[in-house]
Amino acid sequence: MLKRGIIGAAVLFLVGAATYACFYIAPEERTMGPIQKIFYFHAASAWAGLTAFSVCFVANIVYVLRRSQASDWIGVSAAEVGLVFTTVVLITGPIWAHPVWGIWWTWDARLTSTFVLWLLYISYLLLRTMLEEPDRRALLSAIFGIFAFLDVPLVFGAIRWWRTQHPQPVIMGGPGSGLEPTMRKVFFFTVLAMHALMLLLLSERYRLEKMRGEFQELRREAEVQ
Amino acid sequence: MATLSNTAVLLGKEVRTEFRSRELLTTTVVFILMVVVLFSFTFDPSESESRRFGPGLLWLAFLFAASLMLQPCFLREQTNDTLSALRLAVSDPFAIFLAKLIANTLFLFLTELLMLPVFAILYNVHILSVTGQLALVLLLGSLGVAIPGTAFSAISAQARMRELMLPLLLLPLLTPVLIASTEATAALLDPQPVLRKDWLGFLAAFDVVFLTALWLFGEYLLEE
Repeated sequence: MLKRGIIGAAVLFLVGAATYACFYIAPEERTMGPIQKIFYFHAASAWAGLTAFSVCFVANIVYVLRRSQASDWIGVSAAEVGLVFTTVVLITGPIWAHPVWGIWWTWDARLTSTFVLWLLYISYLLLRTMLEEPDRRALLSAIFGIFAFLDVPLVFGAIRWWRTQHPQPVIMGGPGSGLEPTMRKVFFFTVLAMHALMLLLLSERYRLEKMRGEFQELRREAEVQ
Repeated sequence: MATLSNTAVLLGKEVRTEFRSRELLTTTVVFILMVVVLFSFTFDPSESESRRFGPGLLWLAFLFAASLMLQPCFLREQTNDTLSALRLAVSDPFAIFLAKLIANTLFLFLTELLMLPVFAILYNVHILSVTGQLALVLLLGSLGVAIPGTAFSAISAQARMRELMLPLLLLPLLTPVLIASTEATAALLDPQPVLRKDWLGFLAAFDVVFLTALWLFGEYLLEE
C-alpha cells in the first residue's frame, strides 16, 4: 500500500514538473506563441499511447503462445490505457489546430491514421465485452489485437502516401527539422513523465483486472460446489 | 502437400454449397446494386463527378457487402455443428481457412465483376479498354478483404451481437485496402488511364502480411 502511494506520488511529481517545465522553462515559440505549449503533451501522449499499444501487442502474442492469464490482463489494461492516451491526442490536436490552422480537424495523414488506430482499439475492447467465456475472450481478442497492431503500419503508410498536412516530424524528421535545444530537453522530459503516468495507470488497471479475474474464478468454483 | 489437397477438397465443398442455393451471390449483388443506386442521390452523377466519387463509392459498396457476405462463413459450420468434423478431417487447420478464404475471394470477385458493367453504365464511366487491369485491382482488393474477413468471421461467429461485430472488427482494419483499391481504380477510370503499380504492390503487401498472420495464428481461432 505504502509502496504504491510512494510510486503514485513520484509519478504525480514528474507530471507536475513536466507541466512546470513546459510553461516556465521552455522558450515561447516565435510564430505560434503560447498555444505551442500543448505540443509537449500532445506528442508525448501520442508516444505513450503507441508504447501502450505495443505492450498490448506483445501481451497478445504471449497469451496466444503461453495462455498465461497475466498476459491477458496486461493486454486489456494496455489497450485501455493506450486508448486513453490516444483520446488525449485526438482532443489536444484540434485545440491546437483551431488557432494555428484555422480549422478543428482536417483529414490529414497522421490525424486520420491516429483516428483509425483509435477505432481499431475501440473494436478490440468492444469485442471483449461480446465474448462471455473468459478463456475464449482472452484468446479471440488476443488474435484480433495481433491483427489490429499489424494493421497500424499499413494504415500509416497508406494514408501517408495519400495525403499529408500535419507538420513534418520535428523529432527524427531529417535535416531542416528539429527543436530548439531547451524545447527538446523539455519535450523528452514530458515524454518520460507521460510514460511514467502510462505505466502507473497500466499497473493499477492490471491490479483491477487481476482482482476481477480471480473473483470470477472464485464465483465459478462456488457455483460448482 | 496434404494441406493443399485438403484445401482443394474443402474449396470444392464451399463452392458446391454456394452454387446449390446461390444465396450469398444473389443477395450480395442486390445489396451492391442498392448501395450504388442510393449513392447516386448524394451527389450529381455527371461524368466528371462520377470519376471523382465513383471509385470510392464502388469500393465502399464492396466493403459493406463483404462485411455482410462473410457473416455466414463460419456461422454456418457452427449452427450445423460441422466445425469439429472439419477440424478432425484435415491435418492442418490452415487448410480450412485457405479453402474458405479462396471461396470468399472468388464469390466477392464474381459479384464485383457482375456489378462493374452496371456501375459503368449508371455512372457514365468507360471501362472497356481497361477491363483486364480493373480485374487485377478487384482481385487483389477482394483478397485483401477476404483474408482478414475470413479470420474475423471465425471470431465474430463466437461472439454476441455477431452481425454487428464483424463489420466493427473488419471495416477499420480494411482502411488501407479501401485507400489503395480506390486510388488504383480511380487511376484506371481517368481519361488517360494508368495502372498504378505502387498501389497494386501495396495491396499485394497487405495480402501477404495478413495471410502470414492467418497462417501463424489461424489455427488458434478454431480451438474447441
